[in-house]
Amino acid sequence: MTDTNRWLLPEGIEEALPPLAERLETLRRELLDLYHAWGYELIIPPLVEYLESLLTGTGHGLDLQTFKLTDQLNGRLMGVRADMTPQAARIDAHCLQREVPTRLCYVGTVLHTRPDGFAGTRSPLQVGAELYGHFGMESDLEILRLMLRTLEVCGVESPLLDLGHVGIFRQLAEDAGLDRQQESDLFDMLQRKAVPEIHACLEALDLPARSRGHLAALAELNGDENTLAQARDRLAGAGAGVFTALEALEEMAARLRAAHPGVALHFDLAELRGYHYHTGLVFAAFLPGNGQEVARGGRYDDIGRVFGRARPATGFSTDLKTLVRLSRCPENPAPAAIFAPADPDPGLEAAVEDLRRRGERVIRGLSGQTGDAAAMGCDRVLVKTDNHWTVVDA
Amino acid sequence: MPEKTLTIALSKGRIYQDTLPLLAEAGIEPADDPETSRKLILETNRDDVKLVVIRAADVPTYVQYGAADLGVSGKDVLMEHGGEGIYEPLDLNIARCRLMVAGRPGAHLRPGRLRVATKFVQATRRHFAARGRQVEIIKLYGSMELAPLVGLADCIVDLVDTGNTLRANGLEPLEPIADISSRLVVNKAAMKMKSARIKDLVAQLSAAVERRR
Repeated sequence: MTDTNRWLLPEGIEEALPPLAERLETLRRELLDLYHAWGYELIIPPLVEYLESLLTGTGHGLDLQTFKLTDQLNGRLMGVRADMTPQAARIDAHCLQREVPTRLCYVGTVLHTRPDGFAGTRSPLQVGAELYGHFGMESDLEILRLMLRTLEVCGVESPLLDLGHVGIFRQLAEDAGLDRQQESDLFDMLQRKAVPEIHACLEALDLPARSRGHLAALAELNGDENTLAQARDRLAGAGAGVFTALEALEEMAARLRAAHPGVALHFDLAELRGYHYHTGLVFAAFLPGNGQEVARGGRYDDIGRVFGRARPATGFSTDLKTLVRLSRCPENPAPAAIFAPADPDPGLEAAVEDLRRRGERVIRGLSGQTGDAAAMGCDRVLVKTDNHWTVVDA
Repeated sequence: MPEKTLTIALSKGRIYQDTLPLLAEAGIEPADDPETSRKLILETNRDDVKLVVIRAADVPTYVQYGAADLGVSGKDVLMEHGGEGIYEPLDLNIARCRLMVAGRPGAHLRPGRLRVATKFVQATRRHFAARGRQVEIIKLYGSMELAPLVGLADCIVDLVDTGNTLRANGLEPLEPIADISSRLVVNKAAMKMKSARIKDLVAQLSAAVERRR
């Protein structure tokens, strides 16, 4: 690197400047207030942890996304968090150990080794909420509704909610007796909906004809609410797990329609994001004109087992920077401010203090500075008339 | 990616020529010819469908990020791109060829670390790794056949159609890697948000492909 470009930041690492930083902070506060009102307790997990606790039970993808460094005190490997969800799970399972349902929320920067998403960022500002200790529709619904509220607070309008359930593919793979490698290959093809490859792969495997038909159908089972009825038809004869999952999706759809009639629903039974640790309902929010999902979540029961305590769990997370970029809210107007001239008068000091106490933004002029009140972004000034400091328009 | 329109990304040349008849059977015909028009976005006979004509290697990127809802892309390009974040629901069965290892007869049997010249770095690495061979890959952008002739590489990995160019240079196909044809690719979000229209188009194209088999 030459002297002339030492200002360059690493790829995918960005800073927030005014007024964006202020906007991010305002939203951060509003969201934490929202979660507070819903009974979610804030946690501040550490930036780095030992890899064993950071990555246990989360799958290969997160491992690749995690920056690693050696702890100079004992030679153990540490990771910079790439996702705060496993940290929340550890905190619930090991640190809190409550019997009652536990609701946690968090917000913080995470670091990824590889840029993902449209903006190519490697440092999203992750915000999310997790609910531990309840298995069933109500907790999933609560998390989904909180995700929708989060989008609403951020001014992100008319999202489409994509629902899936990893129990369906799990059961079909079990019915077919696939081994781990076959399941993983097929999973990869399903993620790409690579229908020609799925057919070729299924032809090559020695499977009962019915299983083959079921697995082939999965890639096409996506669309509006008719998808679930089609699935009942095309997956007839599959193991009970498939129908438990379909019932869960049907009930969720009915409840969501009642609670959020304005939200468009989409079903995709081959969408298995987070398949390696998700155990039930999975969901994501999409926006018109945006090629990738903006928020996601799902059920991941028992991830706490490795920390000594298996608990049902469900949650969602999103990137605050992405939401701000997509927000339809008008930008904050430039904050109104009052300019106080450079003047040692104690009366001025008192007036400034008084204004600030009342919530005004007062900017002190500095003797000999360049620029007047307008240049400093002030719409009013303090002027002295008859020994009194009064605020007048600039 | 405006909400009302479907944008389809195509690459110039063979893929464009072979895709047009399929699109025509699905009721989509371009209003301009990309060979003569300077426009980057082509209108079609349908108000709600537009075509963008771009470099073949860029098609997965446009579709992944939603700059186009759909695209037509060779399997070779998708293998290099990784296919992350896009769906590839249909084999259009056009622009067929094979991705192969080629070189002087027996060149790939030489012991030691092979030097392989190719444009297809990922597919090459995966192919040789699956055979337990570590190879040195030399990334080139064209005229791969030249590399073994001038001693730049032991063999090459390239698309082979008739094999005439290889033979004219004293090379021959050595090992097949994959059968290549063009795929219809779909942006993930578009597949969900414009579900009905895209599934409709996929079904029509699928029928058109079937009729040609």
